[in-house]
Amino acid sequence: MNIISLFNALPGACAQGLIWGIMAIGVYITYKILDLADLTVDGTMCTGGAVCIMMMLNGFPVEISLIAAFVVGMLAGLVTGVFHTTMGIPAILAGILTQLGLYSVNLRIMGSKSNQAINVDKYDLLVSLRYIKDVPFYQNAIFIAAIFVIVIVAVLYWFFGTELGSSIRATGCNQNMSRAQGINTDFCKILGLMLSNGIVALASGLYAQYQGFADVNMGRGAIVIGLAAVIIGEVVFGKIKGNFAFKLLSVALGAIIYYIVLQIVLWLGLNSNDLKLISALVVAVFLAIPFVKRKYFSKPVKKGGV
Amino acid sequence: MLQVKDIYKTFNPGTVNEKTALNGLALELQEGDFVTVIGGNGAGKSTMLNAIAGVWTVDEGKIFIDGIDVTKLPEHKRAKYLGRVFQDPMTGTAANMQIEENLALAARRGAKRTLRIGITQKERESYKEKLKILDLGLEERLTAKVGLLSGGQRQALTLLMATLQKPKLLLLDEHTAALDPKTAAKVLDATDRIVAKDNLTTIMITHNMKDAIAHGNRLIMMHEGRVIYDVRGEEKKNLKVADLLAKFEQVSGTEFANDRMMLT
Ligand SMILES: Nc1ncnc2c1ncn2[C@@H]1O[C@H](COP(=O)(O)OP(=O)(O)O)[C@@H](O)[C@H]1O
Ligand SMILES: [Mg+2]
Repeated sequence: MNIISLFNALPGACAQGLIWGIMAIGVYITYKILDLADLTVDGTMCTGGAVCIMMMLNGFPVEISLIAAFVVGMLAGLVTGVFHTTMGIPAILAGILTQLGLYSVNLRIMGSKSNQAINVDKYDLLVSLRYIKDVPFYQNAIFIAAIFVIVIVAVLYWFFGTELGSSIRATGCNQNMSRAQGINTDFCKILGLMLSNGIVALASGLYAQYQGFADVNMGRGAIVIGLAAVIIGEVVFGKIKGNFAFKLLSVALGAIIYYIVLQIVLWLGLNSNDLKLISALVVAVFLAIPFVKRKYFSKPVKKGGV
Repeated sequence: MLQVKDIYKTFNPGTVNEKTALNGLALELQEGDFVTVIGGNGAGKSTMLNAIAGVWTVDEGKIFIDGIDVTKLPEHKRAKYLGRVFQDPMTGTAANMQIEENLALAARRGAKRTLRIGITQKERESYKEKLKILDLGLEERLTAKVGLLSGGQRQALTLLMATLQKPKLLLLDEHTAALDPKTAAKVLDATDRIVAKDNLTTIMITHNMKDAIAHGNRLIMMHEGRVIYDVRGEEKKNLKVADLLAKFEQVSGTEFANDRMMLT
């Protein structure tokens, strides 16, 4: 238990946290804004990486590869959206179906291999765990990932302030009201799912570069990490009054906290095989908090007049 | 302005819960009509408004709004022509959004939602003015979340939202039923003012017979999915609650007595 080894691991945890923070912002769009639990992301958190790595291996520049990852992620969201709205499948099930289907798609993208590595020395990667120390700051993975977070937060802040973005927020808040105000709620849900999965796939593309490979299992349990980040962000920064951009930012910070805690727990000697179990339990506890509060600690509400 | 031509709607057909809620309902409204609707529980009043609003499609019959056949049009497309206020104060507004954001959403009813900014500075000013008509002090709280408002405030806001874009038809479904009497009177007052200001064609369901007589220029009574009584003008003005009760007993063979608060 050498404290130096913990400190050495922290920058990596920050970079990982930031990349997963992008993913968690995607989850925030469905879980918080649209009020849908979308499990597609377990699939798209691999799809994006698979697309990005395979395109780079085939000679495409990193920018094009990331854009392609984003677009393919949007398509996955479109599939879930159509399953849910036009075919009437409950959102959770629709997401699970797409996620399962994506497993095969991901293998196909990766040329029927379960893992595709990319060599950081041969390819121009944007982020890599090798670029954490001893590189100029503008190559540092933390710096690059932070730029991505800031740009994505800025774009989303703008978008959800537009007429279209507002109608997505309204759809997530009250569908009856939205339709009564002429909002096409099905379209809004599909659009939100596409945007969310596009962002998750972009995060996946970055993460695959960071770890130096795409793996068919890299998205397993992604939704839980995403939710954990959303919840941690809310618990830690929820008391601070901030605008929508601040809320998105706190999701990314939540992901960083998650990864730092993870590092500490590992450093304390926990078996890394048990991590998923612990993550699941922690998220379950936090998801239960609102319900428990309401059930056991709620005060009777006053009946409202004017 | 509105033509409802012999519409039928059966819920859960072919099951033990089968229920014919609209049974050949026909109704015609002239421009500027303000119709109050009464009827026992389960008479099909809400179902009629839902049919007009397109919450689902009817089994048979046709619906025209201002000459336009809307029978097959989905709810969000019909919204262009309709302003709606619901019985439950939670239904008409988005609780997590600000008062001004709710108004801005309503101001764009029937318009395409683009990538332009969701609410302009100019709009904000105009909302301040418009909120004053409600006389609830909401004009000082433009950026408050609607979830913080009382039921009465939310209903009044919903009413304003429903009429921000002048609707061809205003549908009010017992919109004061969930409020305490004082608040209900205030919201009803605002309703009269807003309807009169724009001369809106209106259907107002109420469980209160006195209100049904006191408001509007026409009154209909529903029973088992149809209109069974339709009065207007002077005849309506001179109605007494006792007349309505007698009428109801005559057609239904039962008493109104077990219905909630119909007499007050
Ligand atoms: N969505 C629905 N599904 C099944 N039954 C319904 C539905 N809406 C209304 N009903 C039934 O139709 C009948 C008429 O209901 P409603 O129009 O709400 O009555 P009211 O006149 O009290 O507003 C009732 O028996 C009700 O249970
Ligand atoms: Mg009703």
